[in-house]
Amino acid sequence: MKQNQEIQDQLGRPPLVIGGYDFHSVTETVCKVVEQPKPPIGWYIGFTISSLGLATLLAMISWLFYKGVGVWGVNNPVGWGYAIINFVFWVGIGHAGTLISAILFLFRQRWRTSINRFAEAMTIFAVICALVFPGIHVGRPWVVWWMFPLPYAQNMWPNFRSPLLWDVFAVGTYFTVSLLFWYVGLIPDIATIRDRAKTKVRKILYGIFALGWRGSHRHWHRYEVAYLILAALATPLVLSVHSVVSFDFATSQLPGWHTTIFPPYFVAGAIYSGFAMVMTLMIPSREFFGLKNLVTMRHLENMNRIMLATGMMVGYAYSIEFFIAWYGGNQFEQFAFINRALGPYSWAYWTMVSCNVLSPQIFWFRKMRRSIPVMFVVSILVNIGMWFERFVIVVTSLSRDFLPAAWGYYRPTYVDVLTLVGSFGLFFTLFMIFIRFLPMVAMAEVKGVMPQAQASHDPEHDRAHVPRAGSMQPAPGLAGGGAQ
Amino acid sequence: MNVAPEQAGGREALFGYLVEFETVDQVLHAAAQVRDAGFTRWDVHTPFPVHGMDRAMGIRYTKLPLLVLTGGLTGMGLALLMQWWMNAYNYPYIISGKPFFSLPANIPVVFELTVLFSALTTVFGMLGLNQLPTWRHGVFSSERFARATDDRFFISVEASDPKFDPQRTAEFLGRLGGSEVEALQA
Repeated sequence: MKQNQEIQDQLGRPPLVIGGYDFHSVTETVCKVVEQPKPPIGWYIGFTISSLGLATLLAMISWLFYKGVGVWGVNNPVGWGYAIINFVFWVGIGHAGTLISAILFLFRQRWRTSINRFAEAMTIFAVICALVFPGIHVGRPWVVWWMFPLPYAQNMWPNFRSPLLWDVFAVGTYFTVSLLFWYVGLIPDIATIRDRAKTKVRKILYGIFALGWRGSHRHWHRYEVAYLILAALATPLVLSVHSVVSFDFATSQLPGWHTTIFPPYFVAGAIYSGFAMVMTLMIPSREFFGLKNLVTMRHLENMNRIMLATGMMVGYAYSIEFFIAWYGGNQFEQFAFINRALGPYSWAYWTMVSCNVLSPQIFWFRKMRRSIPVMFVVSILVNIGMWFERFVIVVTSLSRDFLPAAWGYYRPTYVDVLTLVGSFGLFFTLFMIFIRFLPMVAMAEVKGVMPQAQASHDPEHDRAHVPRAGSMQPAPGLAGGGAQ
Repeated sequence: MNVAPEQAGGREALFGYLVEFETVDQVLHAAAQVRDAGFTRWDVHTPFPVHGMDRAMGIRYTKLPLLVLTGGLTGMGLALLMQWWMNAYNYPYIISGKPFFSLPANIPVVFELTVLFSALTTVFGMLGLNQLPTWRHGVFSSERFARATDDRFFISVEASDPKFDPQRTAEFLGRLGGSEVEALQA
């Protein structure tokens, strides 16, 4: 314990779990949220508002199916309006979840354990929201299955050389793998809830999804290997998904879209927006559900640092786009970028720059990084800014391409706006259901990073390793050998 | 040591024995002793993966990675075959004069299906090797076993182990420094 304390002091890093918690208090804190007979009043308010949003979405989709895509503002020359913007926005949101669960896992960033469940759930719900939009954008939703290589769709096959079809495979794979990753992480925690269940219904329902998990170490061994493999698979996958999304734009010949910077630029932006969304969701949740000892200020500060870093990458991409447009010497490309900053959509461009590049700069100050109101406001600004980034990319290039005679100005209709609002309703409804019924902190993983979980003495290698000092009493047979 | 005689007397319904430990150190030390005693059908139950337990139990590394490699290669091969057969063979498609079969254009789908097949193999392979789902198991007959997913550590030795002897195994487990030995019903 003393040694551990010294190491922590030297690194200046506070512990990951505070409040003097032991294993049981972790279980209690997390399970209490799903076991309380009635959730806090804030949950009811949130659930009501988000289901109203969901109802709006369903109403707007029904209206769209009844009347056709004419109810949207899309027309020549802007054929890709809110639907594609929202699709890219929501897919991007999902990326932070995979970054936290997979990439930070491979980098052994153990602070991720308190927030990964949360972020993974967010990924799945964001991808569900994203998948709605291409589905309803096709115009004839009853033939949406033509996207898949199924026999007898017109006796023809999809064109595998099209980036739009790559998207079907990329996003489909992404959703499936994220769901598997999330569920594998949930199995031990669902077993915990099953073992604490008081009513028969809960015992059966959680029992089914726990798959009979009994904490066997022979199982844990394969489970950990499987988790590592999934993380290793999800890491290139998440980079590929937003790259493929960016190919939808980059493989076209439109000025402003036809650039090689798009894949990394989209991936950085995706992770940035996703972290902002994690913050937006996590700050109120840890407040309302008493998780402050598990999701500590250290976690929030780390998140803010990542937002600062990815925000700078996005800012770098914005400036290099301008540089290459000038340096490339293509006058259409040069016009596209001057038009972005000074044309009819300059209000959207400067909203994007101020939200995405300027607002996170406040995180250079430690005091601001640790201020809950500041980080909450910044996270919302970044969400707005990242939505506008996609708006700027999609709309400015389409509205003014090569021939001035074909230019136009895109205005969304009320259906567009309410569909976007409604997609937030879908997202938050799913999220509210998740925090009510499933453990929002990965209990087994958090227990594994606590000091009590580390063996103070390895019986196999007496002096091979410096013992990681835990707070354990030495086992009876080891009293002599424990201290070195 | 508090094994009721009729339970320890080798009734047919006996599934095995269960001992409870309070700390990671205790269970690691006890597991190494059970391993050294030569048992094979036994297990450790912990609320989280305990590091060093693989060695303490003498578990061999799983063959899961090999399964995943097979799954991934299958996905890759199928993706290539599918794209070639659909776009270049079964219904050749002329799209802006591009070649019917062009590897660079087919790589994104190949990559995605490789990942998809690997991930599915990982999860279902892991569950299959673990023989899950199994909703019935002898350890669940213990009341206090519920804490195996909370904050306690257990060692179970099954009666089907060739080294198992109702009396001597119970005595051996009783000496490991854990709780009293509990007999599990099958």
